[in-house]
Amino acid sequence: MKQPDQKVETIQVEELIHRVHSFHDDGYRLVQISCAQEGDAFEVTYSFDKNLSISHIRIPATPENPIPSISKIYLASFVYENEIADLFGIPFSGIAIDYKGTFFRTSVPHPFGTSQITVVKKKPEEQHE
Amino acid sequence: MSKKIIVPFGPQHPVLPEPIHLDLVLEDERVIEAIPSIGYVHRGLEKLVEKRDYKDYVFISERICGICSFIHGATYCQAVEQVMGVEIPRRAEFLRAIWSEYSRMHSHLLWLGCFADSMGYENLFMDCWKVREKILDVLERTTGGRVIQGVNRVGGVSRDMDKEELNRIKSEIPGLRADYVELTRIFDEDLTVQSRTKGIGMLPKDTAWELGAVGPTIRGSGHAVDARMTGYGAYDELDFKPVVRTEGDCHARCMVRTGELFTSLDLIENAIDRIPEGDIIVPVKGNPSGEYYAQTEQPRGEVIHYVKANGKKNLLRHRVRTPTLANVPALVQMLAGCELADVPVIVLTIDPCIGCMER
Amino acid sequence: MALNVLKNLIKGPATIRYPYQPAKVTPVTRGHLVINIENCIFCGLCRMHCPADAIEVNKQERTWQLNQFQCIICGNCVSYCPKDCLSIKQTYLPPSASATYVTITGPEPETKENP
Ligand code: SF4
Ligand code: SF4
Repeated sequence: MKQPDQKVETIQVEELIHRVHSFHDDGYRLVQISCAQEGDAFEVTYSFDKNLSISHIRIPATPENPIPSISKIYLASFVYENEIADLFGIPFSGIAIDYKGTFFRTSVPHPFGTSQITVVKKKPEEQHE
Repeated sequence: MSKKIIVPFGPQHPVLPEPIHLDLVLEDERVIEAIPSIGYVHRGLEKLVEKRDYKDYVFISERICGICSFIHGATYCQAVEQVMGVEIPRRAEFLRAIWSEYSRMHSHLLWLGCFADSMGYENLFMDCWKVREKILDVLERTTGGRVIQGVNRVGGVSRDMDKEELNRIKSEIPGLRADYVELTRIFDEDLTVQSRTKGIGMLPKDTAWELGAVGPTIRGSGHAVDARMTGYGAYDELDFKPVVRTEGDCHARCMVRTGELFTSLDLIENAIDRIPEGDIIVPVKGNPSGEYYAQTEQPRGEVIHYVKANGKKNLLRHRVRTPTLANVPALVQMLAGCELADVPVIVLTIDPCIGCMER
Repeated sequence: MALNVLKNLIKGPATIRYPYQPAKVTPVTRGHLVINIENCIFCGLCRMHCPADAIEVNKQERTWQLNQFQCIICGNCVSYCPKDCLSIKQTYLPPSASATYVTITGPEPETKENP
């Protein structure tokens, strides 16, 4: 069945806390935070759900400027924020439980956010150096 | 005032089926704080999407998890189909729903078994898995794989069930229902189970919502949050009612799962009665461009597959928000204040699937 | 409970002693992948579409190599092969502790007799 199209609203980083507060006050549930990279630009998307309908808001992000954490409003956001910080290298300021890069143990720091990943084909027996 | 000690728990632990590590801050026997840390099985599957054709990636998305594999595959396909504007045949949606419900039952039975094991109730564990084997047999007979079904394709499913097979499945349902009745009776009434689960690991209604818990974890706390209610795929035509309990303790979450076993059977019967004739797959041409958040219900809760593409044959980004990741904050909340001996039971009640969680 | 005890005494074990006894298979079980090398044209489509990178095809040497340890038996290569020379057999391969490579060399191409 064709589902309705989804709208993602792009806002500025400064508005984020305010918007998330209003979602929280309206009784929304935090569904997820995800990050995607297109070219050099990163974008972080927040999804909220109420009465079975999802709303998304999106902010642009860079590895230089920290994004204010929303874990003061939705405590649950700490897992997503740590995940994005570890995988993409986008800093968040003021996460309630900040793992400082140890939430995901990856052999390369920020594997999803760098372009330096080279694919090496190895046979299974060579895998453990 | 007693001294605080920190007990590391996991990633290898006799009762933990999954590699999660918890630092338990104890005061005497009471846990006052639990700090989870993960990352032992991170495989970078989401990154692999940039290297594979989006159609071949279906098989990889199915292998995100070893238990809810079918639904991962189906959700990924759903996301790509929405991006590409493909309308898949109705029959394929019904088949996906039938297999989804089978995989839900097998996951719940596996969980019930592991849960019994975490309480030290080995016999019940074996009983649950014996019933589960019947479900796996049906899955293998109809799809070719016991756990990894591999029948999802972008545009439909690759294998059909004929009338005979559908009737056979239907005729097996009463037997399964009888098995479930017996299992439910044990989980509901047995003294061992009751004393290990009742009133333990409380998750109040407001906290569950606030922490964004999903699946049986939030349904055990009185919220009817179930992505199947949104009517994706064939679910808009099936009579679905979520199972909700209000107690918010381990027992409630356990009973939600046993209740869902019956719901799944009803849904399967329902789907077999209403399945339309027709094709099972439509050819998909071209490359996707756009983005979509597909939301479906897995045994462990609601899963989000986010797909972003820019017209190439490799997708730009595939992000999976698995139910376990959403349930971790709730787990941390439940663990605070419990007894050390109850930790395994509580960890298991969110049905953790760390492989899923880290992808 | 007494009934259960009796039942368990009379009925044998519910498990199969795999690998000493063969595992159950159904007509559609995906067990392992085989190739009929005579028909293969070494186009490499199976290698390109294998999600697990389990196949290597060498057109010059006319070899087709499968890493059975890495193959996840998804059947994708079967659906892409233009010559339908790949197929999936029902039986499972015996358990093994290290990678098994199967290298199959195709026959020399028949040279056209009347050019
Ligand atoms: S796709 Fe078929 S014909 Fe082509 S190389 Fe593979 S096995 Fe040979
Ligand atoms: S069955 Fe799948 S994993 Fe195995 S060789 Fe073919 S495409 Fe690769």
